[in-house]
Amino acid sequence: MLYNEPSPLETRVLSRRFGLPNSASLETYLATDGYQGFLKAAGMKPEEIIEEVKISNLRGRGGAGFPAGMKWGFVPRTSPKPKYIVVNADESEPATCKDRVLMENDPHQLIEGVLIAGLAVGAHAGYIYVRGEYRYLIEIMDKAIAEAYANGWLGKNVQGTGFDFELYTHTGAGAYECGEESALLESLEGMRGIPRIRPPFPAVVGAFQCPTVLSNVETFCAVPAILRDGGAAFAALGVPRAGGTKMTCLTGHVNKPGVYELRIGFPVKQMIEEVGGGIRNGRKLKALIPGGSSCPVLTAEECEGLTMDYDAMAARKTMLGSGGVIVMDEDTCMVKAAMRIMRFYAHESCGWCIPCREGTTWLRKILVRLHESGGTRGDIDLIGDIARNMLGRTFCPLGDAAAMPTISIVEKFRSEFEEHLAGRPCPYESAGHMVVV
Amino acid sequence: MTFSPQLEARFERLLKSYPEGRQRAAMVPMLLYAQDEVGHISDELIEEVARRVGVTALQVNEVLSYYSMLHRQPLGKYHVQICTNISCLLHDGDKLWEHACKKLGIGHKETTGDGQISIEEVECIGACSWAPAIQVNYDFHHFVTPEKLDQLLDSLRKKP
Repeated sequence: MLYNEPSPLETRVLSRRFGLPNSASLETYLATDGYQGFLKAAGMKPEEIIEEVKISNLRGRGGAGFPAGMKWGFVPRTSPKPKYIVVNADESEPATCKDRVLMENDPHQLIEGVLIAGLAVGAHAGYIYVRGEYRYLIEIMDKAIAEAYANGWLGKNVQGTGFDFELYTHTGAGAYECGEESALLESLEGMRGIPRIRPPFPAVVGAFQCPTVLSNVETFCAVPAILRDGGAAFAALGVPRAGGTKMTCLTGHVNKPGVYELRIGFPVKQMIEEVGGGIRNGRKLKALIPGGSSCPVLTAEECEGLTMDYDAMAARKTMLGSGGVIVMDEDTCMVKAAMRIMRFYAHESCGWCIPCREGTTWLRKILVRLHESGGTRGDIDLIGDIARNMLGRTFCPLGDAAAMPTISIVEKFRSEFEEHLAGRPCPYESAGHMVVV
Repeated sequence: MTFSPQLEARFERLLKSYPEGRQRAAMVPMLLYAQDEVGHISDELIEEVARRVGVTALQVNEVLSYYSMLHRQPLGKYHVQICTNISCLLHDGDKLWEHACKKLGIGHKETTGDGQISIEEVECIGACSWAPAIQVNYDFHHFVTPEKLDQLLDSLRKKP
């Protein structure tokens, strides 16, 4: 089911079946061009499939934005080892709730995307790694997979094409870190979710030490449309270096929060005002995080003229990330926001490398203290110092994910930290809009 | 240990899902699915899963301590997980958490005396656009207000 009303401003490619009766069923899927992309791909050479995905300018939707076609091209197809497709459905980046909607409303689209990736790289097995909290989605995916097997869309000799493919679900059990690709692979193999050093990258040494394509749910879900309608049509929906649409999760202080499919390059202001129905209670925008809590924050001024696109975000020194948009109005206490974000990263740091483990812990302590009972002027600089010393010094991006929003919040909202130095009450708390921890 | 036929079937499927010799991959899913049936991860369950996937109990212990959803102690029959992460915080998820603590007289990962309800302040559960959100066992509740939470907790107290 859908948890929010769709918007007329959406470009519905991945969400085109949302709202149809029994949208998750094979019957509905087949009646609406389902598996046509796979059938087309089955008649193509692997290089041609990869080329089509390259033409589409599809970039990874999990957060990193790496070009999907290029990633597929890195898999050594002639390697004698088995190859695997792994779907990252560990959706855990705060503000991100789109993969849930994709799997719930159209599970066969994901299965078809995986099958096409399998054809392209010569893989015959795949795993969907679903976060443990999403138990109902495992049931939905298992049901769809069983339906696909029963009707010859999975298993031996899929639809008489001579292509074999086995697909399984795998559950996590509560760990943000397992959304990081190499930690996910460790977890899939029955280990603690500790990241692996790279290179080698998963394309060469991935699941069970074999070549692997590992991508986000939304990335795979875009693939059937690319094969069905052509890479160029998908590319044309977006901007020159990024094709298609982005499942965008509007969260925070908007009147109509929800998951909306917007073309890449959609204007940020229009997204807030028209798709999101504006800031609630007629208030003004103070800050926005565009792609999940690990992205640097933008001020209201920085959102002017900005579009939801990888390069436009990079030009403002932030990221499109996972598409989890956090809208904060003028009454938001930015010290409290920074503190809550850091509490999360300190909780989720796997502890493997010291800059992240110690850095997030100390930052949490300083930020909690500052928000609860004030601090010294030196604390504000100390936050920046510690965060900058984590950047680029960790095995995996969790350290950066914790440091980047923190550095940007301190730099852009320093006066709020200074207002907190004298201790309680927090200036925003006394205004009656936001409470203390 | 004996499990329900459904769980046994799931275990059998799981053990066949991974490449030959890689059966320890089934460990975490087996632990989580078993926990749902037996309530928590007991020493006996650890031994059982270790035996079935072909590792030592120590290796299972090492892995399970990493995952926040795997519990070594029994929780309430209804485990109420309240998200206070950033998107929920902006919709007063922290107030909901305080409200639940006060109402039940228990804290983080504690259980009411009758064993009915336990509560946990959790990190992002993936319901950010429908905040504030909570999960009761695996069921999501969106756009939760203190009044809705009161009604929910009252019904859980009496629920069989």
